[in-house]
Amino acid sequence: MRKPEATLDIELPLLMEAIYRKYSYDFRSYSLASQKRRIVHALRQMECTSVSELQARVLHEPEAFHELLQFLTIPTTEMFRDPEYFLALREKVVPLLRTYPSLKIWIAGCSTGEELYAMAILLKEEGLLARTILYATDINPVVLEKARKGIFPLNRMRAYSMNYQAAGGKNSFSDYFTAAYDAAIFDRSLCDNVTFADHSLATDSVFAETHFISCRNVMIYFNHDLQDRALKLFHESLCHRGFLGLGSKENIEFSRWGNLFDAVDKPWRVYRKK
Amino acid sequence: MAGLPQKMNTQAGSVADVSMAEREREIQAIVIGASAGGISALMNLLAPLPETLRIPIVIVLHVAEDKPCRLAEVFSFHIAPQVRFAEDKAFVDVGTVYFASPGYHLSLEKGVSVEKDVSNEKDRSIEKGAAIKKSTWFSLSREEARYFSRPAIDFLFTSAADVYGAALLAVVMTGANEDGAEGLAAVSRAGGVAIVQDPTEAEFNTMPLAALNLCRTARILSLEQIRTLIYRLETLDAG
Repeated sequence: MRKPEATLDIELPLLMEAIYRKYSYDFRSYSLASQKRRIVHALRQMECTSVSELQARVLHEPEAFHELLQFLTIPTTEMFRDPEYFLALREKVVPLLRTYPSLKIWIAGCSTGEELYAMAILLKEEGLLARTILYATDINPVVLEKARKGIFPLNRMRAYSMNYQAAGGKNSFSDYFTAAYDAAIFDRSLCDNVTFADHSLATDSVFAETHFISCRNVMIYFNHDLQDRALKLFHESLCHRGFLGLGSKENIEFSRWGNLFDAVDKPWRVYRKK
Repeated sequence: MAGLPQKMNTQAGSVADVSMAEREREIQAIVIGASAGGISALMNLLAPLPETLRIPIVIVLHVAEDKPCRLAEVFSFHIAPQVRFAEDKAFVDVGTVYFASPGYHLSLEKGVSVEKDVSNEKDRSIEKGAAIKKSTWFSLSREEARYFSRPAIDFLFTSAADVYGAALLAVVMTGANEDGAEGLAAVSRAGGVAIVQDPTEAEFNTMPLAALNLCRTARILSLEQIRTLIYRLETLDAG
């Protein structure tokens, strides 16, 4: 007799195939362990007794798919997470970005936007924001909308402020937002040159030539094949000697395209196109 | 939960010698979860290991997320085998002791392009094992913390059970929360060997007791017995 886990192993790829064919969202090449955990969690929250039942709902009710999408993507993000990364950007990337008359920067997988606002603040302080076009992309329209609004929980600001200082912040962090009740509303002008867009590293192609791409803790959810695809995409998008920033525990050395990049700052995962 | 440890204790003596013996060669990976009191217990556990290991050891030890972490450094100073943090998308190297990085959950993943077993008439189980080891890889994730901890023992154990099935040995050690109990139950369901450090001797017994409560088939062993067992598993083919 089959164990329940084995049934789930059959159902999981079938669900991902169904989602891809019906909604064009491609989760088929995600790493399985965390995908499985998220689906099991979604089953409880959406009151389905099996993945097959969930699949039937997803196929027949588009709202059910959009609900599931919120479970399938991981929104964990914060401002100036790993301050040393932003410090490395200030010290090793910004001086070279300064040499361009205009800049295009891509925040790939921007989620609810914390990273985007952190980057905009950094660019502003370095005098680069006015000549930069920022692309903030994600596959999840709900988080993109949140990113566009730029309203974050006020109780996180203390931690973000400490990160900001450690990241080489030049002002007072509170200069960038207005507190209203329990919310911090960020300065709209930070987003003057931001284009928010629905973009999938799994199915879409290059849309612009960029000078710097920051894509942190996005590819950790991909398997090797999908990581290969995303890295290839980044390589195509980046201009000659363009920069790529990743999460501090990410690796490109196991990718077939890993050797297309030089490490500028290995500990904090800043790379440069060869 | 009262009375449970006593009942389990009666198994302790025989387990390491008899019922494990025939299973030992099948075991292709060891996973260990520890929390409060874990560093000294793990130091003790891993101290006798030789430089060359037969099978990988993957450890989740709960530590603070926000402080620089030197676990791998500290352990590699004290024990003979290679010690590293498990890196995202890295393939599992047989002879290494891995620690999960703070701030991320650690899982094991089956390789998608598994090489076909080359059946070797002399010893098929070894050959099969080699295929599993070659393709297994680590994935990191930033999902929410579990029991206020990221990495979570449950996540490592459950994913390891999916990859290794009956070829896995999992150990829950000292700790002051309930992480690892569900994971150990998953290991046991998949046919793997579930072991819990004797709660009467663990520095913090909450974690061992929770594991025993959820995984009744787990064997209770003293730190000394676990140490002997792991040493034997790691040196089966040596000399």
